[in-house]
Amino acid sequence: MQSKARGAAVPVNTVDVRAAITYVHHEEWARIVAALTRRFGDLDIAEEAAAEAFANAVEHWPAEGMPPNPGAWLTTVAIRRAIDRLRRENKRDDKEKEAQMSYDEDRPELSVAIEDDRLRLIFTCCHPSLALDARVALTLRMVGGLTVPEIARAFLVQETAIGQRITRAKAKIRAARIPYNLPSTEALPTRISGVLAVLYLVFNEGYLATGPDTDPVRQELTAEAIRLTRSIRALMPDDGEVAGLLALMLLIEARRSARVSATGELITLDRQDRGAWDAPLISEGHGLVRERLASGLAPGRYQLLAAINAVHTSARDMRDTDWSQVVALYDLLARLDRSPIVALNRAIAVAELEGAEPALIAIEQLEDKLVGYHAYHATRADLLRRLGRSEKARAAYDQALQLAGNTAETAYLKRRRDELG
Amino acid sequence: MQYLVSVIHDKRELGTEAERAAVSAFNQRLKAKGHWVFAGGLGSPDTATVIDNRGEEAIFTDGPFLESKEYLAGFWVMEAPDMDVMLELAAEASKACNRKLEVRPFL
Repeated sequence: MQSKARGAAVPVNTVDVRAAITYVHHEEWARIVAALTRRFGDLDIAEEAAAEAFANAVEHWPAEGMPPNPGAWLTTVAIRRAIDRLRRENKRDDKEKEAQMSYDEDRPELSVAIEDDRLRLIFTCCHPSLALDARVALTLRMVGGLTVPEIARAFLVQETAIGQRITRAKAKIRAARIPYNLPSTEALPTRISGVLAVLYLVFNEGYLATGPDTDPVRQELTAEAIRLTRSIRALMPDDGEVAGLLALMLLIEARRSARVSATGELITLDRQDRGAWDAPLISEGHGLVRERLASGLAPGRYQLLAAINAVHTSARDMRDTDWSQVVALYDLLARLDRSPIVALNRAIAVAELEGAEPALIAIEQLEDKLVGYHAYHATRADLLRRLGRSEKARAAYDQALQLAGNTAETAYLKRRRDELG
Repeated sequence: MQYLVSVIHDKRELGTEAERAAVSAFNQRLKAKGHWVFAGGLGSPDTATVIDNRGEEAIFTDGPFLESKEYLAGFWVMEAPDMDVMLELAAEASKACNRKLEVRPFL
């Protein structure tokens, strides 16, 4: 919700309703967009009408109270808004409207297995005819319900650029008639990797939510990413990367509640109460990693990340962690993924294995590429602190604080900075 | 819905006998399934002439209008209900003619 733009002082009960609207937004947004896309065959109409329905809720609910079934209320309002818009645009003839997007009710091979409008919405948003960055932005907007500023922050990109990406993607979907469908069985494997990349990014946005007014962890986003990844695994049980991504998400999700303190501050891995980790999730994640190891096939990116997290979650204590194993897995990962973020994370493991000095040398080589990334500065600050270089550490904490958007992380970084002598 | 499928090529030589046979067989399948609208191979860019009659009189010049390594070697116009069906057809077409393709929708 765009609460920032709306006035300052509001009565207490209004604040409660706003919180409830935010909750409903997280729960219902994708369902409403998906239902309207199916009904009107146009993502743009669906998105706009859904946004208007929520704006309407913000306007009316504080005074009139919440309706008994908020999702149904919002869907009804959104459908009315969409019909209004189509009437306004009646210069478009019916044939053209019909041609905007095709929706095939009976693709027999898959519609039996999964009857989920949101999954259709994902495959449309992740269509290979769209550029990867457009797929990600579109999925986060349409499926995740994130605002353009939130997406821009998650990807270190200007808001205007994200807005254009989404607009162009919607225009292309309409013009090229990219369908609102699940892919055919033959096309499914190639369509899946694009979807996984997008789901992982959605998960990350949930896990490290950005925005000063948002919860530090948006569980509905992580839960949604896990739910959708599970559905895809049900479709493709033999795909290693699908299993890898699910394991990765489960092993991260398992540590969620131990990761933020009661006062809303980030707790780093070394200080987490490992007894508070979710044992069933860890056991499920480990099971998936073992299954992939047993396959004997070369692991992909997600399987390696899952294996790294399996090492972390196997240790009873930070000191028991098999850091050489972690570094070895990052070395394998770096061969598949030359991203500076992989190199940064490898350096963090190197710090545990070989000490802060070599890690600091390694990460400072990444400065050009990561200068706009808060985690680079946070990592550098921590290494400088460990090496007793307080003044430089303080400056690095300041830089990290300028860039960090997660409230728990901000609280942690502030305390760390203020503890410096 | 109709799509233009452009055949992109970067070498001078024409298609081989095997490629022509594969394209011909593919075209028969397009016709049988109702996707066929039109198709044709084009002469090399050297054979192009550029015409401009926007001014006082028509000007004819030796083409092509755009010099580039890759050029349009031929095209299909296909009928498909949506982009997913179109991409399946285009993947088959690319295999048959052994060339890279570009798909664009007609307005």
